[in-house]
Amino acid sequence: MDATKHAGHHHDVHSDSHHHELNFWQKYIFSTDHKVIGIQYGVMALIFLFLGFCLMMMMRWSIAYPDTPIPVVGKLLLSVFGPEAMPNGAMGPDLYNSFGAMHGTIMVFLAIVPLAFGAFGNYVVPLQIGAPDMAFPRLNMASFQCFFLGGVVMFSSFFIPGGAAKSGWTSYSPLATFAERGYDWNGQTFWLIGMVLLITSSLLGAVNFIATIIQLRAPGMTWMRMPFFCWAQFITAFLLLLAFPPLEAAGIMQLMDNLAGTSFFLPSGLMLGGTTPVPISGGGSPLLWQHLFWFLGHPEVYVLILPAMGIVAEVIANNTRKPIWGYKSLVYSVFALGFLSFIVWAHHMYLTGMGTKISTFFQTTTMIISIPSVIILTCLFVSLWGGSIRFNTQMLFALAFLPMFGIGGLTGLPLGFNFADLHLHDTYYVIAHFHYVVAPGTIFGLFAGIYHWYPKITGRFMNEFWGKTHFWLSLIFMNVVFQPMFLQGMHGMLRRMYNGGATYAATAEQIGLPQAILDLNKWVSHGAWFLGLAQIPFIINFFWSIQKGKKVTSDNPWDATTVEWQTPTPPPHGNFSKPITVHRGPYEYSVPGHASDFTPQTEPVKGSKH
Amino acid sequence: MEIPYTDKARPDTGLFNAKVGIWLFLASEIMLFGALFSAYILLRVGADPGTWPQGLLNIPIGTFNTAVLITSSVTVVLGWASLKMGNFGAYRKYQAITILCALGFLGIKSFEYKDKWTHYEVWKTDGTRMTGHIEGSPWFWKTETLTKLKLESIKFTPDATHYNDPKTHAADAKADHGTAHKEAVEIKTSEIKRLSAFVPAHSTFFAIYFTITALHGLHVLCGALVIAYILGPGAKMWKTNPEQYMNRVEVSGLFWHFVDLVWIFLFPVVYLL
Repeated sequence: MDATKHAGHHHDVHSDSHHHELNFWQKYIFSTDHKVIGIQYGVMALIFLFLGFCLMMMMRWSIAYPDTPIPVVGKLLLSVFGPEAMPNGAMGPDLYNSFGAMHGTIMVFLAIVPLAFGAFGNYVVPLQIGAPDMAFPRLNMASFQCFFLGGVVMFSSFFIPGGAAKSGWTSYSPLATFAERGYDWNGQTFWLIGMVLLITSSLLGAVNFIATIIQLRAPGMTWMRMPFFCWAQFITAFLLLLAFPPLEAAGIMQLMDNLAGTSFFLPSGLMLGGTTPVPISGGGSPLLWQHLFWFLGHPEVYVLILPAMGIVAEVIANNTRKPIWGYKSLVYSVFALGFLSFIVWAHHMYLTGMGTKISTFFQTTTMIISIPSVIILTCLFVSLWGGSIRFNTQMLFALAFLPMFGIGGLTGLPLGFNFADLHLHDTYYVIAHFHYVVAPGTIFGLFAGIYHWYPKITGRFMNEFWGKTHFWLSLIFMNVVFQPMFLQGMHGMLRRMYNGGATYAATAEQIGLPQAILDLNKWVSHGAWFLGLAQIPFIINFFWSIQKGKKVTSDNPWDATTVEWQTPTPPPHGNFSKPITVHRGPYEYSVPGHASDFTPQTEPVKGSKH
Repeated sequence: MEIPYTDKARPDTGLFNAKVGIWLFLASEIMLFGALFSAYILLRVGADPGTWPQGLLNIPIGTFNTAVLITSSVTVVLGWASLKMGNFGAYRKYQAITILCALGFLGIKSFEYKDKWTHYEVWKTDGTRMTGHIEGSPWFWKTETLTKLKLESIKFTPDATHYNDPKTHAADAKADHGTAHKEAVEIKTSEIKRLSAFVPAHSTFFAIYFTITALHGLHVLCGALVIAYILGPGAKMWKTNPEQYMNRVEVSGLFWHFVDLVWIFLFPVVYLL
């Protein structure tokens, strides 16, 4: 006991000594405060989101107008990447492949996951469970630093000889090993090293999140009083924790294939544009890579979507002014999703010839996983019933999330059936399907989150008019971009072609893609560029509001029930000015007999000691 | 600001933060090594019948190394137990043995590695192949090395048996690898189709063997470094916050047991099967 007393005393002294002013570097760059780290994640992720979008806008030019010099940026790209990659200022196929691979990689691993999990999770989860910080603040800092380094490695690969990785974000072997055989330290090597850093980052983050949620919930914050957002992040962290390591193992093995000349993923008798086999030991399995990749790849889909679902649930509860319908169903469904997402991965591999029995198994699990997804979506839809809805910007985004994610999910069913997938595999239909889930789905959820928590983070509101402009334009152009792709895909137009399928155009002599389908490329590309323009109101609003936005008049400007709104604005280091005790569930809106239409979780229950 | 439950257990979970953290980390480690073991299984099952190299690793040395690691597992738990009973001196002795065992393991492993890197297989143009040693025991030679060094022939001491075909030499089969040799022969460079040391590029067996044991070796090294840090410069905490110090020792011990456990699986899989 003496030792403990002694230790406790030491702690007091220690925390007192912390009151000295931190300098700029300690405060903003090497911070261990979960809120600063969350903002660091958010800012970096938004930058990466923008860069990934820019890559896509240039690719869309090549798809719509193949072999034509790119306006505005063509000359710049020519001077950066050289005439081989950019013949006459038009995008060459190799550069297109690089951009395509990096668009996917950047959007998934450097933009959406860091924004959904790194930024929102870091900032909001400890506040919502009433914790002073994350369980391991220094690991949290290391997590961001690994992410940052991974991003730097990924980006620098554009400027090395041979250019960035060009084997798709899935990096299938043997293509990934031989795409740039001329250089040992090629884009693929950079990609793999970058991935190892990003995996380390999310591993540290995942351990931290789970430990924080298990250990640092405030008194009274029982499991079933946790906001749904925290549940979503909790399951997401488990997915990252358990699904990413196999990709790390696969990454190490592919790195060995590229650098040490092994044949993990290279079959015997492999020939490259000749008649003599490549001098390797052989005996490896290209399917092994695909299994390991998709073992991550499919849970990753839920890593992308669950945090957005969490945000949408928070925003809907807050703006319908009534409890979420079926809170328990939501929680159990998210558990089911998390578990099932580990046993559906091979539905990405129907075309590999892995056998009908295995295909049938994965087809079955894939159909089963749609049940919890539909339960979640249904709960959120039913929550709207009878509410007096406040249509502010975040609510608009959250409402649009529901049908957009619905479209994304339902169009996934034909892909889950192996007989339908044989036709649709690797076409624009797939592109449209998963972009509906991630772009107007997840990204709309994330936008809702930004508009919702912005006042807590900065102490000012974002502008409503420009927010709504941003919303409506984004909604329209998202659909302009992705709806036609379903049609193109169903006509059999393949993805990953730098000229948008012009090679397979129908002529008088041969069956091919009808001209009308090819012409949709131009329509889609214009949609994408206008979608880019539609983000300008957001960008300006985002920066302008930091200084000039309308000031909040209370710490709880949305009249919300959850604990994060009980902090000072913005929350100081350590978060809460007084100890927090939780007395009730997360969504006690419009409780009959209560004076206001919301009851904060921290408000004691009358006539009860707790 | 203080983070709760860094030294004391949270009453309802019964755990302090770092213990939750390390178990989660170990779960992800299981997935990492699990993926590599799965790769091993898939590659081996997919290999053409009779081509999977067997019996190329030195079982007595591997067994000895297993014993070394198991010893370290015992001492690491004895060290923690001594500390829990307040016996700092005994704890230091036990952990010192742990670290010595770790270094011993790595030393023996590097000896094994070197043994493989100087051990060669030659595929001749006439379709025969043999394993053995090149005169002077050079490291890492491959087919291109011969042309690069402009060698017209190499002096090669073949092993008594070939790993894929031990039965045809039943008389020599009892002899240990690398010790029983046939007469040295001269092999012309023009007769050599492929030459490879027992390096990862030799075959998928050595690819997975080196990848998985090197990753395990890295874990041994990191674990030993952490234990050494806690034992050395980190020991100041024993005076200021003994509760948390014991937690650290416990957590590093958990990691150490995991590293040992991986080897317990690894040893039979790559050495014996």
